[in-house]
Amino acid sequence: MSGYFTDIKDGIWTVLVGMTITWKHMFVKKVTIQYPDVKRELPDRVRNRLYVNMDDCIGCDQCAKACPVNCITIETLKALPTDDLGSTSTGNKKRLWMPVFDIDIAKCCYCGLCVFPCPTECIEMTDVFEFSEYHRKDLVYHFGTMTPEEITVKRAEVEEYQREQDAKKAAAAAAAAAAKKAEADAAAAAKASEAANIPPDTTAPVS
Amino acid sequence: MESLLTSILGTNLLTTVIYCALPLVFVLTYALIAVLGEVKISAWMQDRLGPMRTGPWGIIQPLADVLKLLQKEDITPSASDKFLFNLAPFVTFMGSYAAFAAVPFSSQYIGASLDLGIFYVFAVGSIGVVGLMMAGWSSNNKYSMYGAMRSVAQIVSYEVPAAMALMIIVIYTGTLNLQDIIVAQGGGIWNWFVFGGPKADVVLASGRELQASWANLVFLPLFLATFVMYYVSALAETNRTPFDIPEAESELVSGYHTEYSGMKFAMFFMAEYANMFLVSVVASIAFFGGWQSPYGTTIGALVGVPWLSPVEEFLWLAFKGFFFVFVMIWLRWTLPRLRVDQLMYMCWKVLIPFSFGIALVVGFLVMIM
Ligand code: SF4
Ligand code: SF4
Repeated sequence: MSGYFTDIKDGIWTVLVGMTITWKHMFVKKVTIQYPDVKRELPDRVRNRLYVNMDDCIGCDQCAKACPVNCITIETLKALPTDDLGSTSTGNKKRLWMPVFDIDIAKCCYCGLCVFPCPTECIEMTDVFEFSEYHRKDLVYHFGTMTPEEITVKRAEVEEYQREQDAKKAAAAAAAAAAKKAEADAAAAAKASEAANIPPDTTAPVS
Repeated sequence: MESLLTSILGTNLLTTVIYCALPLVFVLTYALIAVLGEVKISAWMQDRLGPMRTGPWGIIQPLADVLKLLQKEDITPSASDKFLFNLAPFVTFMGSYAAFAAVPFSSQYIGASLDLGIFYVFAVGSIGVVGLMMAGWSSNNKYSMYGAMRSVAQIVSYEVPAAMALMIIVIYTGTLNLQDIIVAQGGGIWNWFVFGGPKADVVLASGRELQASWANLVFLPLFLATFVMYYVSALAETNRTPFDIPEAESELVSGYHTEYSGMKFAMFFMAEYANMFLVSVVASIAFFGGWQSPYGTTIGALVGVPWLSPVEEFLWLAFKGFFFVFVMIWLRWTLPRLRVDQLMYMCWKVLIPFSFGIALVVGFLVMIM
């Protein structure tokens, strides 16, 4: 029975204590940061939107391979011997054209795994986090610096070069094959002449 | 007031319409302020700022909310009982609004000066429960159903101590007329019932004389406890935290109005806020002198401007009502929700025995004094 009355007393008392606490909190300094007007300072090593410095990128595809969600798409074209792509700020020579360097930031999980393997340290995470878009496709960032025309021209050039190379190679192969055949013929002839006691024909191609 | 309106407007019909709609205008305005108060006070108590972007310091946020609710799609679930589903919000709001008819907003303005004022307010206020039950049942949703059943169980139980608490005042004053109860508390803050009631003889509006003296101080602890009991029961009746188990967002997804959207939801919301104000006003009428000012007279009467007095009286009543609404909001952000068994324990084992005990003591004291 005494428990009954102490319960009631405690009930009233604790409610009053609670009310004093909330009352005091009405007047303390508020913790709200009025976001778009006031921005909180981000830590130094925040991982937000990716940025690729294309001047330094050598198209090695290491970042794309490291990405766990496959959000980096890189297509490369071998540069022609006549092309000079310059070199990176770290001194590496650039040897590949990059028609496509896309990062689908909507898929990105901000793990930062793509940053470490980059040999030229040109892919990095910035502190930009306000990049919402109305369409998901707008979240695919195109870092490639080549215009579509350039890409077509370059593709054609590279194909042409490739064809030439192929043709050369084919020619070389044909020549090699012909040489082999000639050699074989010569050898056969030599054998025959030997048999006939005729000195070998020195004019036949040797290589 | 009615005759004044008639003399201005000339026609009786228009007068009646305006006379009836005045509390509605007030309740709507009040609801906007209360909604803003709720969001702002809750924010401040949690060390936040609350809405800040609609208007300076977010003060037009409730208007934006209303606009949003107006635009919302009005959904009626296909498996619901359409007729009851659509009727329920109106019944609920009607219950709260009809009670305002007997509330004396000032000495000159009262919808209907009923001799059964308190009884009427209580009886009509209970119609809201029917609306809640209709809403919960017709939604054809288990959460709504549970919410409605809980709310009915709660309101029905807590009406007993609430009515008993008011009955204690009625035993003392011998009248159910709200205007009379207020008149009995005239003359200064010390005459309010929460401080033991009138300390000198008063003549009620009905002409009856109420004998009183400073010996009434013995009533002070009794009436103070009565007030606390009434306020707690009133909180429970309006389904406010810590008694919001019928709504219980976290377990019942808002209870009986889970399935409601748009303006029908807004009607429930309005009814809840109107109810809050109603019980606050009844608390201030029964215990805090209603429209009486704490200094016993009005500035209007002092400086001889007769039309100022009713306005002042109205402001005092509104102020007291708002204050108790504020306390409700304050409690809401202080206390967690009770369990159902705790709720019933509090009602049947604490409030009801105490209210009956106090009623007996007060009855006895009134008899011998
Ligand atoms: S941060 Fe992670 S997920 Fe995003 S592109 Fe880099 S490796 Fe892929
Ligand atoms: S790892 Fe660095 S250099 Fe290699 S493709 Fe990615 S960004 Fe370019």
